[in-house]
Amino acid sequence: MFIKHSTIEKKPLLLLVLIIITISIGGLVEIVPLYTVETTIERVEGVRPYTPLEQMGRNIYTREGCYLCHSQMIRPFRDEVERYGHYSLAAESMYDHPFQWGSKRTGPDLARVGGKYSNEWHVTHMIDPRSVVPESIMPGYPFMMRELDADDVEAHLETLRIVGVPYSDDMVLNAAIDMAAQADPEADHEPLLARYPKAVVGDFDGDPSRLTEMDALVAYMQMLGTLVDFADVQPADLTQ
Amino acid sequence: MPTKVETDSVTGTETTGHEWDGIKELNSPLPRWWIIVLWITIIWAGVYYVLYPTLPGWDGLWQYTARKDLSERLDAVRAGRAAWTDKLAVAPLEEIEADPDLLEFAIAGGRAAFADNCAPCHGTGGAGGPGYPNLLDDAWLWGGTLDAISATIEHGVRWPQDDDTRISAMPRFGVDELLTSAQINDAAEYVLSFSGSATDQAAAGRGREIFAENCAACHGESGGGNREFGAPRLNDAIWFYGGDKATIVQTIAKSRNGVMPAWGGRLDAVTIKQLAVYVHSLGGGE
Repeated sequence: MFIKHSTIEKKPLLLLVLIIITISIGGLVEIVPLYTVETTIERVEGVRPYTPLEQMGRNIYTREGCYLCHSQMIRPFRDEVERYGHYSLAAESMYDHPFQWGSKRTGPDLARVGGKYSNEWHVTHMIDPRSVVPESIMPGYPFMMRELDADDVEAHLETLRIVGVPYSDDMVLNAAIDMAAQADPEADHEPLLARYPKAVVGDFDGDPSRLTEMDALVAYMQMLGTLVDFADVQPADLTQ
Repeated sequence: MPTKVETDSVTGTETTGHEWDGIKELNSPLPRWWIIVLWITIIWAGVYYVLYPTLPGWDGLWQYTARKDLSERLDAVRAGRAAWTDKLAVAPLEEIEADPDLLEFAIAGGRAAFADNCAPCHGTGGAGGPGYPNLLDDAWLWGGTLDAISATIEHGVRWPQDDDTRISAMPRFGVDELLTSAQINDAAEYVLSFSGSATDQAAAGRGREIFAENCAACHGESGGGNREFGAPRLNDAIWFYGGDKATIVQTIAKSRNGVMPAWGGRLDAVTIKQLAVYVHSLGGGE
């Protein structure tokens, strides 16, 4: 039954066939089980695509490499759940491109940072982290008080649509309007909130006259982990 | 080219039969320890397949899932703490402070929750910073009783997502052109005069009337403040954003209206009680 090693070595075609069989087993073991579950994403209410402003903030987040120190994934461990809140669900990052999972925690996990601090705190902290947290080792990002370059916000939404984020035509068409409205406390927020429920509106950076990168990033921070209302979620809802 | 397999005279091991320019290769077997480890890992994989949910439809003998494991651990922790948390849940805040054992538990829990949630603004020790109140002293914006502290933690300050949040809005006297910059300057001098630090007595004199008309309604005739509106006391040497004139001028001109998140939805009732007791115990509790 055992083919001798020397025999395999001397017959390249046999070697090739055996290699293919070995790799196929490895592949099948990983792939086949996924066909037996309907979905790997939990059925929970509330997760929506990012608003245009949040998405631009998210782009800044990836541009600045925030993920190098901050993860957005609360693992189902007691210490993490007690510190950060309910463990992250796959559903909560289903519209993330790219995702921000990880366990690299030079800084704290940010999966549920939304609503934890005031906008003012975020702005102060982003400009000079040590002015509010003396022991912080995070670099400052004062330059983010510059104008947000977002002429192509519709294109960002359209691109994300190609990879499966369900932005409607309406959302793409109104992207620039929604983006401006979210950071303007005086604007009519109804259409924005109809398209993106639970969006946090307001003047994020303390400067209502300009739409800055800080506005976008803080808008993104303030919604992280807030979309699913865990008071309504039962453990049974989370099984696949 | 394979030549012929021969036995090496030095080691007694067979060669592979290959020869390159006179160099021959020994056909040494893999070390025994290596083979043993390989077999152990193969056996281990089999055991793992049986114990853990490895295949579709197979939940494993241990029925392990990380989420179930977590909820069991959390249940165990809750059960362990229940003796205390059950009492904390029903006891009024004053009663918690009166019972030394409950107080100790509440402060220990409050300290941990404070470090996680409150320290980024109020400082690790609660000393605060510009714009974030010091919790160690007697100066309170919205009140320093147990109930007042608890309400502030639960509902926050100017937190739009909470209907019962503490709210007040100081006008932006400069931005909205309610006062001229000269008037703001005079009012700032008058405010400084409460604590004896005015530098321009004439301006402070002119500021008296401006203060009476515009500021006294909330901050009081003599700057005593009003906790109904979270209006800070101005006649002490404790400053929220800074006691230099430039800062006061900026506060009058642009207003501040600081924000604190509501923790009611984020932390459970027992944790909020623990936090209230902890903050109350820091030194300034009333």
